[in-house]
Amino acid sequence: MTLSLLFQHIVNALSLGSLYALIAIGYTMVYGILRLINFAHGDVFMLGAYVAFYGITLVSLPWWAALLVAIVFTALFGIGLERVAYRPLRDSPRISIMISAIGASFLLESLGVLIFGGRPKGMPVPEVLSNVIHFGPVSMIVISLIIPLFTFALLAVLLWIVHKTKTGMAMRAVATDIEAARLMAVDVNKIVSFTFGVGSLLAAFGGIMWSFKYPQLNPLMGVMPGLKCFIAAVIGGIGSIGGAVLGGFLLGIIEIMTVAFLPTLSGYRDAFAFILLIVVLLVKPTGLLGKRQAEKV
Amino acid sequence: MNAIRQKKTIALSRRRLYSVIAVVAFIALAFIADRFFDAFTLRVFNLCAIYIVLALSLNLLNGFTGLFSLGHAGFMAVGAYVSALLTMSAQLKEMNYFLVPIVPWLHHVSIPFLPALIVAGLASALVGFLIGAPVLRLRDDYLAIATLGFGEIIRVLITNAQAITNGAQGLKGLPRFSTTFAVWAVAGLVILFMVLLMRSSYGRAMKAVRDDELAAEAMGINVFRVKVTSFTVSSFLAGVGGALLGHMITTIDPKMFTFTLTFNILLIVVLGGIGSISGSVISAVVVTVLMEALRFLDEPMNLVVFKTQGMPGLRMVVFSILLMVMIIYRQRGLMGNAEFSWDTLQGLFVKKGRKGGDHV
Repeated sequence: MTLSLLFQHIVNALSLGSLYALIAIGYTMVYGILRLINFAHGDVFMLGAYVAFYGITLVSLPWWAALLVAIVFTALFGIGLERVAYRPLRDSPRISIMISAIGASFLLESLGVLIFGGRPKGMPVPEVLSNVIHFGPVSMIVISLIIPLFTFALLAVLLWIVHKTKTGMAMRAVATDIEAARLMAVDVNKIVSFTFGVGSLLAAFGGIMWSFKYPQLNPLMGVMPGLKCFIAAVIGGIGSIGGAVLGGFLLGIIEIMTVAFLPTLSGYRDAFAFILLIVVLLVKPTGLLGKRQAEKV
Repeated sequence: MNAIRQKKTIALSRRRLYSVIAVVAFIALAFIADRFFDAFTLRVFNLCAIYIVLALSLNLLNGFTGLFSLGHAGFMAVGAYVSALLTMSAQLKEMNYFLVPIVPWLHHVSIPFLPALIVAGLASALVGFLIGAPVLRLRDDYLAIATLGFGEIIRVLITNAQAITNGAQGLKGLPRFSTTFAVWAVAGLVILFMVLLMRSSYGRAMKAVRDDELAAEAMGINVFRVKVTSFTVSSFLAGVGGALLGHMITTIDPKMFTFTLTFNILLIVVLGGIGSISGSVISAVVVTVLMEALRFLDEPMNLVVFKTQGMPGLRMVVFSILLMVMIIYRQRGLMGNAEFSWDTLQGLFVKKGRKGGDHV
């Protein structure tokens, strides 16, 4: 393997890892606050990509405007989803709310088939993003470079919100103890909505970038990335934003590198993540960066 | 005193009589169905039996032991493939494996249906045991996601083990063993087994684990062993259900055993009532019939006044909304965790206040 090819694999791994990280953050924030696996998160990712697609093709918006519209729309959608499907069940057993999440996921997928059509659609990729640039012997598509850059920028903003603002402090309070946070006059519902909004926004951004990089849309496109990113969040330590990013990058790198160096195993590509998940759960259930929680009796 | 006792005995024998009549009537119905129903209706009728088996198998975990498992499709796949490979003739296998020849040790295996069905269940139970032993240390949603993961891994393995399972091409022309008699006999046995299991000390231990693990442990129940037993038995039943399904549809491939299949079974269990045997049975029948009856939603319609295009996906929209509405507004499902009894049925028709004081 030549050095330039290796370098190309690294860039690919980083951009896939960034996308995984973006989606994993949504899982980890929601789980941190509600202890809920938001099964519909992957489908929110799909929705973001489709809204951008229709923004570009139907309304013929410039791509960046379509991107903005899509992430705002999807963020609002995420907030609405929590209202309708999860809020009524907040005090129910965790299994009930999870079943509701599974239902929501299937609902979005089948609505996707119904409204967008089951046939895959080609995403019109703006030329700025699909250009190939050369660094000496190494050549790569602009989008593969842009994705990690944007991811780090968004991550910096997010960490600033969580650690430096009052809303962020309230988020951390709710994640630690909902009841105590409520007693400290934190508006729990508002914080949960905000969390869902931010998570969905990141998922939408991830979805749109994903469809610029792999320009094909279908209503089930969110299922596998969704599952894998949840796994990434668990590997990193669910509830921890840094952990989600670490897990996302780890997963992206492992996936690309295994396919690149051991092509005979590429058929098992989708199984890697699950095997990794089970190993992590058995060896260190709190994940790499997670905190151990005492069991309440 | 004596009069009350006598009244009780009469009530008991009356309920027994009802049950016997119901069973006989059902067997008669099965015979009529087998004789006179058209192929499509009969197929739906028999599908109900298979879904009863599958729903009970998932309910054993979710409802009675409190283990939320999402890997059921994987166990069904194991059962379906094992049974298919054991019963297909050598000739049939040659026709199927045109890309990569089948491994020699499987080529000439061909055994009758009943032993194949049992082996399919056992193979699935073995897989369940091997997976359960490590995974059951996890709780709640972690368990759910780990079992979901194993379900997917099983599917990926089947897709890639070309020389054994024929990979993505799947297997075609499975012998049509799932007759009306076979599927309903299995369903009846499984219902009976579940009722007896839940009345036994094993069943009570499972419910104790579900209700409060710590308390159960304090009572001297080996929680881990109960969980593994429940998981293994449930895998056995799922394997048998999968095998029956394979021999009914007569074509199996890895795409059939995705998470959607688990979703359908979960829907049945939730609608029927998590932790109710009779709820699962009733709901299995209702959902199976609905799934087939609502198939028209996905296809083009010609209503005299206007024509609609087919709307693929609408059926699943209906079912996902049904699941969500049910879990949000009526978490107990149809039956809660109560069981059907003739008294409650009678209570529905006869005016209350009659003081039918024969609670059992």
